[in-house]
Amino acid sequence: MVEWNFLAVLSDIDLLLLGLGNTLVVTALALAFGIPLGLFLALSRLSTIRPLSVGSAFIIEFFRTTPPLVQLFWFFFALPILIDVRMTPFIAAIVTFSIQSSAFFAEVFRGGILSIDKGQWEGAKAIGMTYGQSLRRIVLPQAVKRMIPAFMERSIELLKTTTLVSTVAYADLMFQANDLAQKTFRPLEVYTVVAVIYFLLIFTFSQISIAVEHRLARSGESTVR
Amino acid sequence: MTEIVRIENLHKSFGPLEVLKGIDLTVDSGETVVLLGSSGSGKSTLLRCVNFMETPSEGQVSLHGELVGSENNGGMQYRERELCKLRTRIGMVFQHFNLFPHMTVLGNVMEGQVTVLGRSKPEAEDKARQQLERVGLADKAEEYPARLSGGQKQRVAIARALAMDPDVMLFDEVTSALDPELVGEVLKTMRQLAEEGMTMLVVTHELGFAYHVANRVLFLHEGTILEQGEPQKVLKDPETTRMREFLEGHSLFKLPD
Ligand SMILES: Nc1ncnc2c1ncn2[C@@H]1O[C@H](COP(=O)(O)OP(=O)(O)OP(=O)(O)O)[C@@H](O)[C@H]1O
Ligand SMILES: [Mg+2]
Repeated sequence: MVEWNFLAVLSDIDLLLLGLGNTLVVTALALAFGIPLGLFLALSRLSTIRPLSVGSAFIIEFFRTTPPLVQLFWFFFALPILIDVRMTPFIAAIVTFSIQSSAFFAEVFRGGILSIDKGQWEGAKAIGMTYGQSLRRIVLPQAVKRMIPAFMERSIELLKTTTLVSTVAYADLMFQANDLAQKTFRPLEVYTVVAVIYFLLIFTFSQISIAVEHRLARSGESTVR
Repeated sequence: MTEIVRIENLHKSFGPLEVLKGIDLTVDSGETVVLLGSSGSGKSTLLRCVNFMETPSEGQVSLHGELVGSENNGGMQYRERELCKLRTRIGMVFQHFNLFPHMTVLGNVMEGQVTVLGRSKPEAEDKARQQLERVGLADKAEEYPARLSGGQKQRVAIARALAMDPDVMLFDEVTSALDPELVGEVLKTMRQLAEEGMTMLVVTHELGFAYHVANRVLFLHEGTILEQGEPQKVLKDPETTRMREFLEGHSLFKLPD
């Protein structure tokens, strides 16, 4: 008969909360860098300048197809050998997940931009708008609305993937959990609590995203033309 | 008469397909020129070369006597900045409206003024409301385009173009996507513009409009202008068999005799 005892976990819950904070920091920073970088990669890939579109297509596909753990290890262990940088687990985590998620966001952006009717570009162009103005004022505002569900999904995926940073000893929620499990000899309770924390976090997040989607659908101006 | 648009020896090819094969055309201030021609004859392409939505393969376009682009060992060179500026002076209305669905009607008509011309918001709003009044839609300013009928959408699109104070307006089959009962309100707006002295280049299959409003009718066939002249002459007594055949195909459109 297994005996559950959460006391040891709960008395050290601040360790887990510290880890949770770090997890959120990595996720937030990866989003903050990854989304603009993703837009840049998407626009490059859509560009008519061949080297630019081929180059960004390569970067996007490379980071979408290689395992994130390999990427993380590469940035943490391999990159410092190539160039003279001091890699901390934190920096390696941010770099890896910014670039990795930007590759995914790039495809979300690209899909969103391509989903906008060509007539929108034409309407904008005909009143004298430049490419940048058309994109910023006409195409992106419409595309972003359509992309919100995919964005939310990607962000949740990113949050889950950040558990990998524990492998390079960055003190995220997972790392703290491993630590605590060894210290207390209570892996059952520790990992249960961690699972619940992730569940609550992601469940709340997806509830918010559903609410946002509903609001967008209700505002009713998302139809083409 | 001041000349607004001058097109000289205009050629346009898409890959191996030569769509325009040397077009010469001038449109004078206040003139309404109607372009006729069967499907695929190059009407849209010609119109789109005037405001450089398409870049001509050969030939020259001038607006108000100013050559667009610069000559560069035999060919023409265009800078994107110059073309954007040019497009602010040439209004274009499309078959499918191309209104911005995420903006209100007022927003649609203000957008180019604010973002492109740099007018202040109050100034742009005044202007926008004037233009909406002009097309008879002052009461729809706060609506989103999705809530309008096709005819109303098209009139908003006309107001959006007018708000830029263009020197000339281009219309590409602007009533073709409309339900028959909505065609009239748009044609009426266009007629009113013509009467107010707007310079217009119009592609349409509405022969009644051509007959009553146009100063000149052009018949485009396989990328060349086959026939042109006063509507009363060209539409009733065409010289070429091509034009006669084309007109017979349009017998549905009533022509007063
Ligand atoms: N962007 C393009 N790329 C390739 N071919 C094109 C392009 N635009 C037009 N064409 C071709 O050029 C020819 C003339 O087209 P255009 O749209 O100017 O004809 P149109 O007279 O406006 O016909 P319609 O009455 O059907 O609108 C057609 O054969 C068309 O397929
Ligand atoms: Mg056409």
